[in-house]
Amino acid sequence: MSTLETTLESHEHAHHGPAKGIGRWLFTTNHKDIGSMYLWFSLLMFFIGGCMALLIRAELFQPGLQLVEPGFFNQMTTMHGLIMVFGAVMPAFVGLANWMVPMMIGAPDMALPRMNNWSFWILPFAFAMLVSTLFMDGGAPNFGWTFYAPLSTTYAPPSVTYFIFAVHMMGISSIMGAINIIATILNMRTPGMTMMKLPLFCWTWLITAFLLIAVMPVLAGVVTMMLMDIHFGTSFFNAAGGGDPVLFQHVFWFFGHPEVYIMILPAFGIISHIIPTFARKPLFGYASMVYATASIAILSFLVWAHHMFTVGLPLVGELFFMFATMLIAVPTGVKVFNWVATMFRGSMTFETPMLFALAFVVLFTIGGFSGLMLAIAPVDFQYHDTYFVVAHFHYVLVPGAVFAIMAGVYYWLPKWTGHMLNETMGKLHFWISFIGVNITFFPMHFIGLAGMPRRIPDYALQFADFNMVASIGAFIFGLSQLIFLWNVIACVRGGRRAEARAWEGAEGLEWEVASPAPYHTFATPPKLPETPR
Amino acid sequence: MSSSTYYVPEQSRWPILASIALFLLAYGAGTLLNAMNADRGGGLGLVLLLAGALMMGLILVGWFGNVIHESRDGLYSPQMDRSFRWGMSWFIFSEVMFFAAFFGALFYVRTLALPWLGGEGDKGVSQMLWPEFTAQWPLFNPPDAEQFPGPREVISPWHIPLLNTCLLVTSSFTLTLAHKALLKNERMQVRRWLFLTIVLGLVFLGFQAYEYVEAYHELGLTLQSGIYGATFFILTGFHGLHVTLGTLMLIIILGRIVVGHFSPRQHFGFEAVAWYWHFVDVVWIGLFLFVYVL
Ligand code: HEM
Ligand SMILES: [Cu+2]
Repeated sequence: MSTLETTLESHEHAHHGPAKGIGRWLFTTNHKDIGSMYLWFSLLMFFIGGCMALLIRAELFQPGLQLVEPGFFNQMTTMHGLIMVFGAVMPAFVGLANWMVPMMIGAPDMALPRMNNWSFWILPFAFAMLVSTLFMDGGAPNFGWTFYAPLSTTYAPPSVTYFIFAVHMMGISSIMGAINIIATILNMRTPGMTMMKLPLFCWTWLITAFLLIAVMPVLAGVVTMMLMDIHFGTSFFNAAGGGDPVLFQHVFWFFGHPEVYIMILPAFGIISHIIPTFARKPLFGYASMVYATASIAILSFLVWAHHMFTVGLPLVGELFFMFATMLIAVPTGVKVFNWVATMFRGSMTFETPMLFALAFVVLFTIGGFSGLMLAIAPVDFQYHDTYFVVAHFHYVLVPGAVFAIMAGVYYWLPKWTGHMLNETMGKLHFWISFIGVNITFFPMHFIGLAGMPRRIPDYALQFADFNMVASIGAFIFGLSQLIFLWNVIACVRGGRRAEARAWEGAEGLEWEVASPAPYHTFATPPKLPETPR
Repeated sequence: MSSSTYYVPEQSRWPILASIALFLLAYGAGTLLNAMNADRGGGLGLVLLLAGALMMGLILVGWFGNVIHESRDGLYSPQMDRSFRWGMSWFIFSEVMFFAAFFGALFYVRTLALPWLGGEGDKGVSQMLWPEFTAQWPLFNPPDAEQFPGPREVISPWHIPLLNTCLLVTSSFTLTLAHKALLKNERMQVRRWLFLTIVLGLVFLGFQAYEYVEAYHELGLTLQSGIYGATFFILTGFHGLHVTLGTLMLIIILGRIVVGHFSPRQHFGFEAVAWYWHFVDVVWIGLFLFVYVL
């Protein structure tokens, strides 16, 4: 929030420091301000969504219904998913991009700064509207974050209309944010920074932005069809009029699968910066990283029906989507190999960002493997809609995407605030989170394989022990995030002064500017240092 | 600041105001629709919706006004121009994907869902739902004809739609001629061709409206008449909205030409609208083929 006081001294001729008061945040065109707002917003959503998750886990602590009504339980699972995906993970990555992309490529700001501010400010309004549905007649959306028709059309509570418009607003925000990032990366690189010298975080974000622009409109299309079915009597998702509920799933997952890569590609980028820094070696296989990211993105358009194996697809469909899905494991494997090879014979140290990055590599890989199991169509008939799926996507999203965000925040905090973070507290946060996350999600593999369905408030007795373990883990993980909050605030307010190159092995333009980064960086394009990366 | 550095605007009020306007629009529309669904009066929703729309209109005028002033003050470098070009291209790509969702739905229904419902193909078991149902396209007999009474007839492609195709394709040419004239700085010619383009767009819209009235009153082709009506209206409807928007933008461009904006070398505003117009034209070709003819 207040990296400002310290940055006031360093101003250039035409520019001045930030404006005073609330107006600074409302009217800003500065990529660093906007990045900070995105990150704080994301953190707020992370805590709101987290409280919902804890409520869910509290109810599941024991079999039977203890705390909440089943209807409300469904609202919690739905809102938890929506808030975490669209409110916590995606905005966090956009915030990181806002802060880092211009500094990494030597640009004075984002390409379209006013639109940048608009992209952000749509979000608080969209989520205010989404969360307000909790207080409406009939309650909040209760059909799961995947909002399958006809549950979300014929049988939905009236608040679904607001949900639809909230999704439209998030889509507009994401598309404009993505356009900005693409224009910035393609157009604002400092002279000499060719595409194959582009830092990997920028590469992965460039490709993510392309995915966003390609699939957010499809999401808009599917919710529009829902709106028409609900309010204007069309029959897109109603077989009685010649439509098909399965059509909903096709269109949704055409968005949905690229969406999961939208949530992981920027994470790959962050990890590809942190590991070389703390292994003090250049990234192994830069070019192959770029090509792997691009192939993952292209393949991600061809695998959507792996979410629909049990819906009744023609056999050729099952086979095609099974093999296409497995193909994605190849470029993903290339990435994991490169990270490991980067560390091989490096002079490694284990500061907090590196710990999170290492945990990412190991735990994300576990999530990738469970994904491969799910990709086998015949066995997915057993796993589908069980806790095994929940375990899979939480492994890729929590110790995957979320750990990468935290690694990135810890890594770049010195650049943003000018202070080193408190390593002891950082390590404490890491270890409790690491243990908590595994206690929470690992047992879910077992109860899933044993047949416990997802999205239910009550369950058969044989699942009781593992559920209790998972709930305990969830509270450990959830509470440990308070340490994260403490760490961030403490680092903003004080701490050991950070040098320009806050980490010994860090390379790249962002480490050439002072810490904290002045309010305006690179009013004129910088010269590229000799050995990039 | 010299024009060689990239222009980073000072603080601006427009984004936050636009967010509020968007919120009013969305919240108003939601409230209105829910009230209509529950057969309540939609007073509050309508007020919010209109307030949001008005506010958004004013904001767009103000915001674009700012951009136009900055551009005419020479604050924008060629690099800025490229940012706008990338921005507009990717925006149009997002629109392509929006239409792709509806085209995809149309193809899926026609080639897979309906034949299955009719008992053919891999998932022909679905016929057990409505054993008498036979698949056809256009779909005159939805499976449950009580809930979704099928259309008596559909629009013939060879009357108004063919005419509309000619109109839109011609308008793409006239717009290109306007652009050529602008490059040669023949401003009277620019005005003429632009004016003609706008007229073509308006006539197109008029015909489209006439077609809708005919569909509703003569043919029984409505949103409620099963999947044919649903895909027909969502595709042509969103296309019509885009033509409306494009025509509005062309009118604004014509106004700017009249007051002397745009030079043969710098006229990205003009080009952006032209790109948009050509995109709308291409979508129409797709519509004509897949919605009307085939
Ligand atoms: C090797 C890579 C991966 C493979 C092969 C894979 C495969 C799958 C499959 C087959 C399913 C459907 C399971 C079912 O519903 O029965 C699934 C679900 C899911 N995956 Fe993955 N996945 C991979 C990576 C990822 C990544 C990187 C993410 C996100 C960062 C992710 C997020 C999800 C989510 C959110 C779901 C569940 C959606 C839902 O039904 O709510 N996956 N995955
Ligand atoms: Cu998937």
